[in-house]
Amino acid sequence: MNQDMLIPLFAAAVVSGTPILYATLGEILTEKSGILNLGVEGIMMFGAFCGFFFAKMTGNPMTGFLAGGLGGMTLAGIHGLVCLVFRGNQVVSGLALTIFGTGLANYLGTPLVGRTCPGFSPFDFPLLSFIPIIGDIFFKHDLLVYISYIIPVLIWIFLKYTRWGLRLRSVGEYPDAAEAAGLKAIHYRWIGILSGGFLMGLGGAYLSLAYTHLWSTGLSAGRGWIAVALVIFAFWHPGRAVAGAYLFGGVMAFQFRLQAMGANLPSSLLMMLPYALTVIVLVFSSWKGRGDEAPAVLGINIEPRE
Amino acid sequence: MWIACSVTLGAIFLSLAISALMLALQGKPALEGMEVLFKGAFGSRWSMEDCLIKAVPIYMCSLGVAVAFRLQIWNIGAEGQYAMGAVGASWAALAFPDLPAMTLIPLMMAAAFVCGGIWGLIPAFLKIRVRANEIIVTLMFNYIAILFLEYLVYGPWKDPSSFGFPFTREFSPAAVLGRIGNTNLNYGIFLCFFCGLAIWIFFRYTRLGYELVASGENVRAAQYARLPYERLVFLVMAVSGILAGWAGFIEASATIGRLQPSIMAGYGYTAIVVAWLARLNPLNIGLASFLLAGLRVGMENLQLDLQIPAAFGQIMEGLVLLMVLAGDFFIRYQVSLRKTK
Repeated sequence: MNQDMLIPLFAAAVVSGTPILYATLGEILTEKSGILNLGVEGIMMFGAFCGFFFAKMTGNPMTGFLAGGLGGMTLAGIHGLVCLVFRGNQVVSGLALTIFGTGLANYLGTPLVGRTCPGFSPFDFPLLSFIPIIGDIFFKHDLLVYISYIIPVLIWIFLKYTRWGLRLRSVGEYPDAAEAAGLKAIHYRWIGILSGGFLMGLGGAYLSLAYTHLWSTGLSAGRGWIAVALVIFAFWHPGRAVAGAYLFGGVMAFQFRLQAMGANLPSSLLMMLPYALTVIVLVFSSWKGRGDEAPAVLGINIEPRE
Repeated sequence: MWIACSVTLGAIFLSLAISALMLALQGKPALEGMEVLFKGAFGSRWSMEDCLIKAVPIYMCSLGVAVAFRLQIWNIGAEGQYAMGAVGASWAALAFPDLPAMTLIPLMMAAAFVCGGIWGLIPAFLKIRVRANEIIVTLMFNYIAILFLEYLVYGPWKDPSSFGFPFTREFSPAAVLGRIGNTNLNYGIFLCFFCGLAIWIFFRYTRLGYELVASGENVRAAQYARLPYERLVFLVMAVSGILAGWAGFIEASATIGRLQPSIMAGYGYTAIVVAWLARLNPLNIGLASFLLAGLRVGMENLQLDLQIPAAFGQIMEGLVLLMVLAGDFFIRYQVSLRKTK
C-alpha cells in the first residue's frame, strides 16, 4: 500500500472512530464514579434516533446533535434511577437498558427508515488543513469530529486537575472515605452517569447526523459494546481511548474498503473483523491482571448505613 | 415469598401500563392494543401452542443463562451459543442425509452439544486465563457466531436451487423432530422438562451444585474455602453453551427444518430477561418463558391488526426487566423499611 491509499484510509479511520470515541469517553466518566453502565449500545441507538428526529424537525443539525446528547442522558437517568435509587444490579440494569433503548429507537424510528435528514458535512479546517499528511488525515472532516478532539483533553483535565474530578474519582475508588470526608457519594455518581450518558448520546447522534445522514435500524451495530471494551483497553484513560477508538475506526474503514474493492472474501467474514479484534484487544489488555486498574468499587452499589 | 410474587406481578403490570400509555401518546388505541396482545397470545388453542413452541428455545437458553448467573458469571452469549448449536445440528443433518432418525437425531444433538459447548468454553477459558471480561467476550461471540451462520447460508451451505435466497437445503425427514400427537408441538419440549429437572436436582441435591451457589454468593469466601472456583466457571459456561446449543438444534430441526438467517430471533437476549424475572429458579423460568413467548406471539397480532412495529415488544421486555430490578429493592430492604418507620 502506498501513501495515496493510506491517507484516505487513516482519514476514514478518524471518521468511523469518532462515534466510538464519544461513547468510550462517556463510559470512562461513568465508570470513574464507580458505576458500570452496560447500556451504551441502547443509549447510542436512542441518541442516534433523537439526533435524527430533532435535526429533521428543526432543520438544524446542531439542535439534533444536542438532542441526541439529551436523549442519551435521559436513558442514562433510568440507569441511575435503578442503580442509585433502587440499588438494582448494575450489570442487568445495563443489559435491560440496551434492550429498551434499542427497542425504543427502532420502534419510534420505524416510520423514518430510509429517510434522510440535514446533517453535518466535512469542511477544511482553516489553516490546519494545509499541514501535509496531518491536515489530510485530521482536519478535513465535519464539525463534530473537531469537537471530539477537544473533549478528551477536557475530560483529562477535569479528572486530573479539578476538585470535582478528584471527588468523582474518589467515589469510584473508596466511597466510604469520600463520605467520611463529607461528600455525598450518590451525587457524584449521578454526575458520572448523566454526563457519561450525554456523551454516549452524542456518539449515537454522530452516527445518524454525520456518518450516514440517513435512518436505518440497527445503526450502532455493536459500537456501544466495543466502547465498553475500549474502556478496559484504555485503562480508563481518555488519551488511550482516542488511540483505541481510531484503531477500531481504522479496522471498520479497512473492512468497508475491502468490500468495496470487491475482495474475494465473503462480506460476512469481513464484518467479523471489528468484533474479533475487540476480543483480541480485550485479551491483550487484560493479560496479567492489567485490567486491575479499574476503579476499585466499579459495579458495586453504595449501601446505606445506620 | 409473597412479596417477591407481588413485586414481579407489579412490575409486569406497571410495564404494561407504561406501554399502553406510550401507545396512547402516539394516538393509537391503547386498550384495544392490550386486548389484541392478550387475545393474540393466549386467546385460542392454536395461539397457546405457538406460545409453547416459542417458549421452548427461550426456556433452554434461559436455563443456561441462569446457571451462569448463579455463579455471578455474566454470560450474555446465549444468542451466539444458540447460533452455533443450530450450525452444528445443521452440519450433521446436511452431511448425513441418509441416516435413519434413530442415529441422525442423536448425532445432531451431539454436534449442537459440542458447538454450543465450545462457544461457551472459550470465553470461560479467556476469563480464567487472562481475566478477560466475560460480558464483552460473550457478546462479541454473539456477533461472530451470527455472522458465521450468515456466511454459511450465503456461501458454502447455500441451497443450489434456492434462487439466490440464503438458506440451506431442506433437512431429510429423518432429521426433523416429530410432532406430538395431533398438535403443532414438537418433542423438543421433553428436552426442556428433562434439562430443567436435571438442573433443579443438581442445585438441590448435589455437592457441586451447593458449592456453585455458595461460590456465587461470595467469590472470595469460596476461594478461601478452597472451592474449585475455576472449574465451576468452566462448568457453568459449558452447561450454558450446551443448553443454548440444544435450543438452536430444536429450532433448526423442528421449527424450521433447515438453516436460514431468520433462525436468529433474539431468543438469547430474551432469555436474560426471563432468567432475571424468574429469579434464576428453573420452575419459574418455565412460567416466565411462556409469558415472554406470549409477548412475542401477541406482538405478531399487534403488528398485523394495529400496524405497531415489532420493536414494541423489545421495549416491553426492557421495561419489565428494569421494573423487576427496581422492584427488588422492596424485597431486599423490607425489614429495614419497617424498622425505620
